Amino acid sequence: MNHLIIFPIVLPAIVAPLIAMAMRHDIVLARVFSVAATALLLMLGIALLGAADGGAIHTYTLGNWPAPFGIVLVLDRLSALMLVLTAALSLVVLLYAINGWDTRGRHFHALFQFQLMGINGAFLTGDFFNLFVFFEVLLIASYGMMLHGGGKERVKAGVQYVIINLAGSTLFLIAVGLIYSVTGTLNMAHLATKVPLVAADDQALLKTGAVLLLLVFSVKAALVPVHFWLPGTYANAPAPVAALFAIMTKVGAYCIIRLYTLAFGDGAGDAAWLAAPWLMPAALLTLLLGMMGVLAARALGQMVSFAVIGSMGTLLIAVALFTPQAMSAALYYLIHSTLTAGALFLIVDLVTDRRPGQGDAITVAPPFAQASLVGGLFFLGAIAMAGMPPLSGFIGKLLILDSARTALNAGWIWALVLGTSLLAIVGFSRGGSTLFWKSSAQAGSFEPFPPVRPALPIVAAGLLLAGSVALTVFAGPVGLYLDATAAQLFAPSGYVDAVLGAEGGNE
Amino acid sequence: MEFLVASAVGLLTAAGVYLLLRARTYPVVLGLALLSYAVNVFLFSMGRLTVNLPPVIGDAGNGYTDPLPQALVLTAIVISFGMTALIVVMALRSYLESGTDHVSIEPVDGAEGESRP
Repeated sequence: MNHLIIFPIVLPAIVAPLIAMAMRHDIVLARVFSVAATALLLMLGIALLGAADGGAIHTYTLGNWPAPFGIVLVLDRLSALMLVLTAALSLVVLLYAINGWDTRGRHFHALFQFQLMGINGAFLTGDFFNLFVFFEVLLIASYGMMLHGGGKERVKAGVQYVIINLAGSTLFLIAVGLIYSVTGTLNMAHLATKVPLVAADDQALLKTGAVLLLLVFSVKAALVPVHFWLPGTYANAPAPVAALFAIMTKVGAYCIIRLYTLAFGDGAGDAAWLAAPWLMPAALLTLLLGMMGVLAARALGQMVSFAVIGSMGTLLIAVALFTPQAMSAALYYLIHSTLTAGALFLIVDLVTDRRPGQGDAITVAPPFAQASLVGGLFFLGAIAMAGMPPLSGFIGKLLILDSARTALNAGWIWALVLGTSLLAIVGFSRGGSTLFWKSSAQAGSFEPFPPVRPALPIVAAGLLLAGSVALTVFAGPVGLYLDATAAQLFAPSGYVDAVLGAEGGNE
Repeated sequence: MEFLVASAVGLLTAAGVYLLLRARTYPVVLGLALLSYAVNVFLFSMGRLTVNLPPVIGDAGNGYTDPLPQALVLTAIVISFGMTALIVVMALRSYLESGTDHVSIEPVDGAEGESRP
């Protein structure tokens, strides 16, 4: 048993209360511990990625209770990849936040670590009910993070965010209850062996539970028609929090990928691939609505939020194809969209910070400090987000279009992905040219506020964009890993054998 | 007993959804609480309804009541209890800061929103 597997959960779980209790009054110490813990998390993630890359699926049984009776953590290629992505994003976001954002409210670093604990737990757990518990951990931390700094609009948006997620949690429990009632298990691997055996009378209950779960994960992934919470939440959340939330929508996507390839795939008998017919139209609509939102947005934060919705649509179109090639493309796009969305939220905050009074509204106003530098970063981020060459968004969309070529509704997919790319380009050009270009011709300037401009926030935003560039340059090796990941996902018997033991499949 | 439990779950859910859709913070909080009660009873019944049976498999072999849903309900109760407390505080804070108890973010036209005295 590889004890490293539990560390991504235990490490933040220890550091968070330590920061909350022992370093409450010492922001410098809290920063040091928070950054060190997150950096350690990144190293752990890379070590686990190395372990998972061998192709074996590692399990960790808590208290040494054998699955399916005990709680089990599972590390495969997909979860290792998500751990590394989370740690990398959060380290950069933390570098941005320690420049002042973390002092605008209390307990930023403790909540940040609890959030990481919940996200890592959701990626590692091999059990439904624990997935629910880790969802709650990450949500409760995110409620606190969302309200960080306070303010009228933010609290209002926060209330809405909490309510939609409480309703989502309720649905989650109903779905888990339905699935448990007909299969008698909460372990995902065990569920995969039980689903084909469900009696014909109980199929309706099983399918209702599975589709309800899809709805719950769609709320997290901001899929139409349950996307409406995202623009308000992300645009009103503090910038580093919004950037970290870029991984939260991916938690929903991860759960969809995990559950519907493992338990409702080829071997599921009557319930095989039941997610696809629901997911595909919803994803296509999400893409269209998100990119139309980009075109209509009146503030930069809103624009990026809608771009996140659009990118979730693109990602889930590829997921809904449920072929290994499309899954590999979807995972590539997932990495790209997390890095790019994070970078764009940070850039929006750079703009807001430099335009007191105007904020991120897309208006013509006098030029602000470092407009060309921030504008340049925005230009790069917009290129990546819209999916233009040469950055990773282009490769991601290309891979998705290529994998959709033989699909049933290839025409719709191609038309919408290409058409909405144009919408995104127009939207982002309009926003960028108004803010950075037309404004530079105006007379006067904003008072510098605050007078000294630290380099760290710009470096942080630049690092995320550099991640997008690296993803483009190293698309070959990354693609190989993702192909192997997709192959592993579409051979669920490996996962089941690893969790239940080779003979567990037939009890 | 099945009818009683089923209709209780149905009634609680219906009332909860209705209150949730009122889109004012106080009814919404009540609605969420009702929904969580409904879910708790629902989860409880997912282990099949039995009376006067132990939660362990005994030697007598006269059946048992499934202990797992009870453990799940316990977790769900704790979480929903904490979340209800949180949403009450947030709703109060939001009302005090914005002067309206509407849940929607968009500014509401007309005199619908109750303004703070």
